[in-house]
Amino acid sequence: MIEARRHHDMGGLEAGPVERDDEHDKAPWEKRVDALMVLLGQRRIIGVDELRRGIEELGSDAYDRYGYYERWMASMTNLLLEKKIIGVSELGARMAEIEAGRRRTLP
Amino acid sequence: MSGHEHAGAPAHPHHPPPRGPDGYEADPTRHHPPGPDLEDAPLAHHQVMQMAVTSLLIEKGIFSADDMRAQIERMDALTPARGARLVARAWSDDGFRRRLLADSKAAATELGMDIGPVPILVMENTPDTHNLVVCTLCSCYPRFLLGIPPDWYKSRSYRSRAVREPRRVLTEFGTEIDSERRIRVHDSTADMRYMVLPMRPSGTEGMSEEALADLVTRDSLIGVTEPHAG
Repeated sequence: MIEARRHHDMGGLEAGPVERDDEHDKAPWEKRVDALMVLLGQRRIIGVDELRRGIEELGSDAYDRYGYYERWMASMTNLLLEKKIIGVSELGARMAEIEAGRRRTLP
Repeated sequence: MSGHEHAGAPAHPHHPPPRGPDGYEADPTRHHPPGPDLEDAPLAHHQVMQMAVTSLLIEKGIFSADDMRAQIERMDALTPARGARLVARAWSDDGFRRRLLADSKAAATELGMDIGPVPILVMENTPDTHNLVVCTLCSCYPRFLLGIPPDWYKSRSYRSRAVREPRRVLTEFGTEIDSERRIRVHDSTADMRYMVLPMRPSGTEGMSEEALADLVTRDSLIGVTEPHAG
């Protein structure tokens, strides 16, 4: 069966009450994700339509599980890899370094 | 989709921030010491990804740490007070109200305000019609007038239901729209966004523009609530 709509296309579907209690100031890391997208957009490296395509391609499981800026970060990273702006191995190495606590004060 | 509106202003002049031993600034936001997301809690996967990607892009010269800090400062300067200022002026000056409805970008320029590159249609609430804004597909709100939208504007429940049962959603927010009034729901896109011009509350005659602007809340700018006097 072909689904009539993709998972991000949720207008008009049934859903529960709107929960306002998750309102919070954006965390510093969320602001950095937002700023990252603006900087990449200004430099014509990632366009907003590409960002959205990347988000919509995450799949319904990740889409629902990730927070808003986690979706952005996943999409941007995939696009930067796809465009060969960064490489898989340097990204993996840098993430491992950060997780090991050797770089805790990056932007 | 938000995130693609670029503040056109050049980076503010600034002093070089303090740098850590590896050459990266200790606190790109400069608003407080490195936050708990950096120091205390275990880093979540996407936070690590953000740090890794950002540091690689800086090393490659795509942008600098200063560029990122300047962008965060520009983002922090965007608050609902901007949208409220437009509303208060429209309530106080009927000529401005008409110009705002006709061309929001040009009207905002009169106040020295840049509302960004994406067209924003201003929808006026009237005794006959109440307007409500949603982005069912993602998160397209007028950031240059509201700031970064809260999570619930982008939630599954608001996106799904605002177009299906707007009156009921509004009731849940304590906004009772008279059954005689029509509710128009505007579904934004990345390329066309909406702001609601609420009705001026009764009992506000003679109030200054500044006092009027204080009545205008962020949520009233997308029609989820209505401003009230006092």
